Amino acid sequence: MASPTLARRRAPPDPAGPAGGTTSEPLWLRRTLIGIVLVVLALFLLLPLAAVFAEAFRGGLATYRAAFSDPDALAAITLTLTVAAIAVPLNLVFGIAAAWAIAKFDFVGKSLLVTLIDLPFSVSPVVAGLVFVLLFGAQGVLGPVLQAHGLQVIFALPGIVLATVFVTFPFVARELIPLMQDQGTADEEAALTLGASGLRTFWRVTLPNVKWALLYGVLLCNARAMGEFGAVAVVSGHIRGETNTMPLHVEILYNEYDLGGAFAMASLLAGLALVTLAIKSFLEWRYAGAIASAAQR
Amino acid sequence: MGAFTFRRPSALPGFGIAFGYTLVYLTLIVLLPLAALVTKAAGIGLQGFLDVLADPRVSAALRTSFGIAFAAAATASLVGLVTAWVLTRYRFPGRRLVDAAIDLPFALPTAVAGIALATLYAPNGWVGRLLAPLGIQVAFTPLGIFVALVFVALPFAVRTVQPLIGEIDRELEEAAATLGASRTRTILTVILPPLVPGVLTGFVLAFARAVGEYGSVIFVAGNLPFVSEIAPLLVVIRLEEYDYTGATAVATAMLLIAFGALLAINLLEAFARRRLGHG
Repeated sequence: MASPTLARRRAPPDPAGPAGGTTSEPLWLRRTLIGIVLVVLALFLLLPLAAVFAEAFRGGLATYRAAFSDPDALAAITLTLTVAAIAVPLNLVFGIAAAWAIAKFDFVGKSLLVTLIDLPFSVSPVVAGLVFVLLFGAQGVLGPVLQAHGLQVIFALPGIVLATVFVTFPFVARELIPLMQDQGTADEEAALTLGASGLRTFWRVTLPNVKWALLYGVLLCNARAMGEFGAVAVVSGHIRGETNTMPLHVEILYNEYDLGGAFAMASLLAGLALVTLAIKSFLEWRYAGAIASAAQR
Repeated sequence: MGAFTFRRPSALPGFGIAFGYTLVYLTLIVLLPLAALVTKAAGIGLQGFLDVLADPRVSAALRTSFGIAFAAAATASLVGLVTAWVLTRYRFPGRRLVDAAIDLPFALPTAVAGIALATLYAPNGWVGRLLAPLGIQVAFTPLGIFVALVFVALPFAVRTVQPLIGEIDRELEEAAATLGASRTRTILTVILPPLVPGVLTGFVLAFARAVGEYGSVIFVAGNLPFVSEIAPLLVVIRLEEYDYTGATAVATAMLLIAFGALLAINLLEAFARRRLGHG
């Protein structure tokens, strides 16, 4: 009994263990489990994705393209791109600032701050929209003030941006914080000792050290910003051609039984999700060490 | 120990501006808006709050949301544990692709997932057609809510357990086998106990996400009051009626019950970590 164990130790580590060995399951059980998991995931994950594209192209390519000549559809795409173009950079700057303060310094109340940054993840998207209606809506706290100045936040672009910023708030920060904490401050201290200014140290030392994690965070932030539905649905007012984002446009078309149009628009969003997943997997595979939380996701 | 200082001295510059910006931005975007909700909820008063909760439609929606979210998170945790085990321990063609696909519900916008699930599970859909002869209807019933919530919850369950399975020391398993334990016994007494805290964490995350989920559910739920109406939808309906008080009360009830449940599960998890975790 001793020699096979020794031989097993020296052999390259096969994560499944030797077939039929005492530290793995019998082959039939392994195959059954793999089979079950593949069937469940195919049914649960891949089938919905396949359904989106099948429905989108059901009427042929011409119908598919016609769905995008609708000015309301184009307005929805433009609005979604605009919202993401504002919300993502805002959270990117915040993420860097928060990570710099939290990861490179020690101060009282740090864990409280980290908890508060994560707070938007545990709030329902609908509630995220609600809080802005309570603040800026016609009957809201600041409603009368805004009306007096002719400003509109709810049912307009600012409200949609605010709701999007809220739900995507933690993405960049929580990618950067654990990585920058692991990296410590030695590199920056060396640069400063050698006479670099603080800003130059940040640009030439800190930023290159975290660039892949930064890209990873921005990627996830962007995917959520473009796909957010609940929070935006509450603040947008669903005005066609004006305050309809792509996901909201999908909803309107679907509820009007324009399935071709709804799934055509949905296929664009599904395509975005696939591209996001592909880049994300590539980053995790190629730069695993440079993305702190990759293993936790 | 010297005098109390807010921040430990450091050679690095920029703490003031970074910390200040973080605090201001956090306050403006997250804390102030949430404070508006708390203020509004406080203004309703306990009696007003109880009146809203006494509405049978509200309590039915809360029961539906929390009950189905619990069942979905539990299911996702079980499926997630097996999936994480297969992905970490076994090698088979396409494993990387399957691993990447786990995150699909994270990346796919919820409205897209919603209309896709509704189309699949409708009585004439690809899956619904197969279930209809068995007398099972998924779409537009509470079962539809369950399916949508398992869909959004699954990645949380898989991703929290996966790294823990990777960390299991194979030598412990070998030791157990050497000492004569059967494989089943090794799994039950050596492998599973350290995974329990991770499974619970995954459950908590999955549950929190499922309770608040809106986009993927409303398309497949049917949204029948008292039957398949979820609490987040009721918040939206109240808002569309300009009933801010009603919307706030339901939202507050959701937040309170969710935080209570999460607190309870977190305590359980901390207990499990002490009792069952290694180190």
